[in-house]
Amino acid sequence: MAKELLKGNVAIAEAAIRAGLHAYFGYPITPQTELLEHMSLRMPQLGRVFLQAESELAAINMVYGAACAGVRAMTSSSGPGISLMQEGLSYIACSEVPVVLVDIMRGGPGLGNIQPTQADYHQLTKSTGHGDFRSIVLAPSTVQEAIDFTVLAFDLAEKYRTLVVVAGDGMIGQMMEPAELPPMQKPRTTRPEWALTGAEGRHKNIITSLFLNAESLEDVNTRLQAKINRIRAEEVRFEEMLTEDADILVVAFGSAGRIAKTAIREARCQGVRVGLLRPITLFPFAHTPLNQLLVSTSGVTRVKAILVVEMSAGQMVEDVRLATRGRVAVSFYGRTGGMVPLPDEILDQILLLARRLDGAPTTGEELRGTFDRQMAA
Amino acid sequence: METQWMEKVVYQRPESLSNVPTHYCPGCTHGLIHKLIAEVIDELGIGERTIAVAPVGCAVLLYNYFELDSAEAAHGRAPAMGTGLKRVQPEKIVFTYQGDGDLASIGIAEIVWAATRGENITVFFINNAIYGMTGGQMAPTSLPGQVTSSSPMGRDVETTGMPIRMAEMLAGLPGSSYVVRRSVYDIRTIKEAKKAIRTAFRVQMAAAGFSLIEFLSSCPTNWGLAPYQALDWIKENMVPYYPLGDYRVADIVKELR
Repeated sequence: MAKELLKGNVAIAEAAIRAGLHAYFGYPITPQTELLEHMSLRMPQLGRVFLQAESELAAINMVYGAACAGVRAMTSSSGPGISLMQEGLSYIACSEVPVVLVDIMRGGPGLGNIQPTQADYHQLTKSTGHGDFRSIVLAPSTVQEAIDFTVLAFDLAEKYRTLVVVAGDGMIGQMMEPAELPPMQKPRTTRPEWALTGAEGRHKNIITSLFLNAESLEDVNTRLQAKINRIRAEEVRFEEMLTEDADILVVAFGSAGRIAKTAIREARCQGVRVGLLRPITLFPFAHTPLNQLLVSTSGVTRVKAILVVEMSAGQMVEDVRLATRGRVAVSFYGRTGGMVPLPDEILDQILLLARRLDGAPTTGEELRGTFDRQMAA
Repeated sequence: METQWMEKVVYQRPESLSNVPTHYCPGCTHGLIHKLIAEVIDELGIGERTIAVAPVGCAVLLYNYFELDSAEAAHGRAPAMGTGLKRVQPEKIVFTYQGDGDLASIGIAEIVWAATRGENITVFFINNAIYGMTGGQMAPTSLPGQVTSSSPMGRDVETTGMPIRMAEMLAGLPGSSYVVRRSVYDIRTIKEAKKAIRTAFRVQMAAAGFSLIEFLSSCPTNWGLAPYQALDWIKENMVPYYPLGDYRVADIVKELR
């Protein structure tokens, strides 16, 4: 299929439809509303289910109901709406029905604004709802990836019977660029054996997240954690660029990762050996690949400094520090409130790190990564 | 000659009702309403295509008591979950079963919008004027002056408002096809309740829109009354404020009957 000029939100919607989406329930919120609008036109045309819910609370519970019937179901939202959905997301996680959620992140906290940020990282990767669970989180950096990861999200959701989040930001959602859509799949007509389809010729199926007996609920949690560990072992995805000889490693995801590439190419032109690790799955996080970049097979330290760039006050940087366990200095550069870092800002940080590695004195003031205290050590 | 004894079954547990003891308190009418629903499901022959959605509240374990595919919803969200289940498989019969806190307080938006959309589901609304499972707190339907564990001086309507009449309110929404209030405090009301359950399911089977039955129900434990006193309390205290009757019977439903 040929490439066409597509807006991120529309591309995600159309990709989901082509992945055999059976039902979409949602509530308008900027900057993801075009996704809902596209669904409102296309789903009825194809004889599938579209419903604009009365709230995000209702939308996620409608998705929960549809997913219980064993069909491909999804919703999409942005920060304030995701917060409302957390109740349903926790029920979905515990009852292990496959659901896809798209978060087109905007500025926060509170009502914030409608500019792009990555400040839902903690919410999506660590605390998508009450209780112990994790969701697979995929972070696209281009419209093409947004399409590809949406299709992948449905496959992973069904493979693991879990919640999968496609975590874009206002830039991915609103940007237009050439991309190729997948071929059309019709919704499946068969239903999984656990689905609520009416107990015809079989024992009843029950989908619940209530386990009053502590032993039973611990068993459920043990099963969920085993699944999460399998996901950790098998589903880590990431992109590496120019890391073979890198002294400095930039770690950034989504839009920030894409912007960092420009800065890294420029720094290379100026003779700085710098590379990029771009996590694609925010959960499971790329702990092992990151560690492999720190030390070569002969045990020699490779990467000497890490710069984490995020459109937030620093969330993924915690995972980077956890993964590297103090063996390498990790500095951070972030913009918040919907400010998008420019390549030059990231380049300045890379050059500053390069000077520091050369032994040049630097001051804390020079590090415009205002949230960082680590590098001074 | 030996005498030939002919045995004829005149009464048995409905097939749609599980053969297990329930956790409901003695004198609570949940069990009775469960049985009526199960009987109607059997009589209509829809057990193999019916899906129940349980609430949060005393009936949270409802799925253990019905031999039906069942889901357990978040507090108040059963109509949204039921909407999802029904929209993707309109040939199935979907019902929610919700208490007064679930439906009339935390889930008020979900029930109003399910009714407004004319969602083709059936809702059994159990109004016992109290939060049963959490131990007898004031409900949106607690009566003026009613003493509960969170209104120890009696419900003060000056600060908490008057109890909400859900059947009347939902009947006024254009999507509602069948909205009635029944009770189960004596033989006559039990028979009328069962008839209404049958009508509500038939409305859904005919894809004729939203159907809801409000049941005035008892909570002897949290009311602090003996079971027989609790039934009298429904009749003497609840019925005057919540009159039994048909609040919305759309023309399409009249044709069914």
